[in-house]
Amino acid sequence: MNAIEVQDLRKTYRNGVEALRGVSFAVEEGEIFGLLGPNGAGKSTAVRILCTLSAPTSGRARVAGVDVLEDPDEVRRRIGYVAQESSVDIQATGRENLALQGHLQDLSGPGLRGRVDELLERFDLADAADRMVETYSGGMKRRLDVAMGLIHRPRLLFLDEPTTGLDPESRAVMWREVRDLAQEGGVSVLLTTHYLEEADRLSRHLAIVDQGRIVARGTPDQLKSELHGDRITVELAEGADVERAARCLADLPGGSEIVTEERTLHVQVTNGARAVPAVVAALEDAGVRIAQVALARPSLDDVYLRATGHSFETADAAGEGEG
Amino acid sequence: MKAIRDTLQLFMREIRISLRMPIWIIISIIQPIIWLLLFSQLFRVVGSLGTFPGGSYLGFLAPGLAIMSSLFSSAYGGMGLLRDIERGFVDRLLATPASRGALIGARVLHAAVTVMFQAAVILVISFVLGVRPGSWVLGTLIVLLSAGLLGGAFGAASNGLALLAGRYEILMALMNFTILPLTFLSTMIMARPLMPGWMQAVTRFNPVDWAVSAARDGFDGTASGTLALHFLLLLAFMAVCWLLAARAFGRYRARN
Ligand SMILES: Nc1ncnc2c1ncn2[C@@H]1O[C@H](COP(=O)(O)OP(=O)(O)O)[C@@H](O)[C@H]1O
Ligand SMILES: [Mg+2]
Repeated sequence: MNAIEVQDLRKTYRNGVEALRGVSFAVEEGEIFGLLGPNGAGKSTAVRILCTLSAPTSGRARVAGVDVLEDPDEVRRRIGYVAQESSVDIQATGRENLALQGHLQDLSGPGLRGRVDELLERFDLADAADRMVETYSGGMKRRLDVAMGLIHRPRLLFLDEPTTGLDPESRAVMWREVRDLAQEGGVSVLLTTHYLEEADRLSRHLAIVDQGRIVARGTPDQLKSELHGDRITVELAEGADVERAARCLADLPGGSEIVTEERTLHVQVTNGARAVPAVVAALEDAGVRIAQVALARPSLDDVYLRATGHSFETADAAGEGEG
Repeated sequence: MKAIRDTLQLFMREIRISLRMPIWIIISIIQPIIWLLLFSQLFRVVGSLGTFPGGSYLGFLAPGLAIMSSLFSSAYGGMGLLRDIERGFVDRLLATPASRGALIGARVLHAAVTVMFQAAVILVISFVLGVRPGSWVLGTLIVLLSAGLLGGAFGAASNGLALLAGRYEILMALMNFTILPLTFLSTMIMARPLMPGWMQAVTRFNPVDWAVSAARDGFDGTASGTLALHFLLLLAFMAVCWLLAARAFGRYRARN
């Protein structure tokens, strides 16, 4: 049985925004599944539907073996949910936060007290357990968030952008925790992120979401190996004719795909080292002035670029502006 | 039962938040002292008109101010709910199997208990100032219960309006807009015979006046048939407000 099965999920908000336009994917038992996408792609919307906080406009979702619309309370008992924005109660201590969460999940007595101590220890919060959460650092709050999601030992955990806004050190700690959860605890994790590196490193399978659709799906390696070869990124000088540059690179030997974006050309080639001189020569012959040339191994960035026709950074910045 | 357990857990959280604000407790105690002194001075002339059951104006004022503090503190209860929504507390709660009614239930209960504490403070201070109730035990209980019922009702209404309005500013404006008229259209600080006729008529339909009348009847020890009626009316009013809040919460959940 899969931990999550989603079929053709759609969500149109009341204000008319189509946040999900038909999303399907499955998360296997015990794996970390990454939902990668820029700001505004629809990641949180998907997570909120799977956690019963929001109703889909259409489509079906089974979470931990239970249909989200048929028996939401059973879903809530089986999952842990960590929202994008930290939602710890800052006017309470860490221990009180965990205890209240436990009570709401029907735990009590010595069993709950033991579990609270265990999680405080595990998430390195034991020393701060009886301090007001107001005094916690961002990383501590985030760890408490995750600990609260785990209080009732769910088999499936949702982490909505668990590391956004964290410093590199806290991020590394969080990555280690998430990995341990899946590897040692056997917990399935659905993690959303807008960091390509995070999705690449943590997830066994991932789906790339863009504007409410899944545009690519597979293991990080599968996705990258679909783009055999290297990528040459050419930034043209101010005022250069991008269209003309693309045309004169089109019949370059060994070149397969060209994506243009403002003044930048992304060229997919089988052998980068050999192609760079040819690219430069072709452009110079055509009188197109070059500002910069870069050569790189394929990354998830390229997967995203190929699937959507725009670079991840551009989309992320655009989504940030509207959200 | 899970609904009751969850309500109590969330209620305890509210109580902890209140108790951790010593400044809130201090203000709760100082405020009635100021009110009692201020109102009894301002309306000294009114007191000399001599139409006050129980004799002194201060004795008349004490149960009225107990209800005033109940009204003023519960009416802004919805602010806390907006804060909890903003901080993601409500979503986190909704992603657990916690009883859907527990959140509003806990907040109504908290409003009721808080205002009962404040009413008790007023009674103690008025005692220090020389006021003696007509009926000690029963009178005190009735004042606290009236304050609690009205506080619970306005706490519920405030939470419901907060959910419908969705913004602090609108909730504040709504409450500022309603509280004073409700206060002056009641016998809280003015005896009924001293009011214009039309106002006397309007007070009959004012839940604040039901609470004031009940509290005063109990305090003076002149409890009669109207006391039971006022309690029933207050209970019904609280039920309506609670229902409004529960429905508003249902709407809030469906909106996402
Ligand atoms: N409650 C809401 N009401 C209306 N529109 C929303 C709401 N939540 C999100 N949106 C919109 O839906 C789209 C997807 O948002 P979201 O799921 O938060 O994306 P992500 O988590 O990938 O950044 C965005 O355009 C956002 O503005
Ligand atoms: Mg999001």
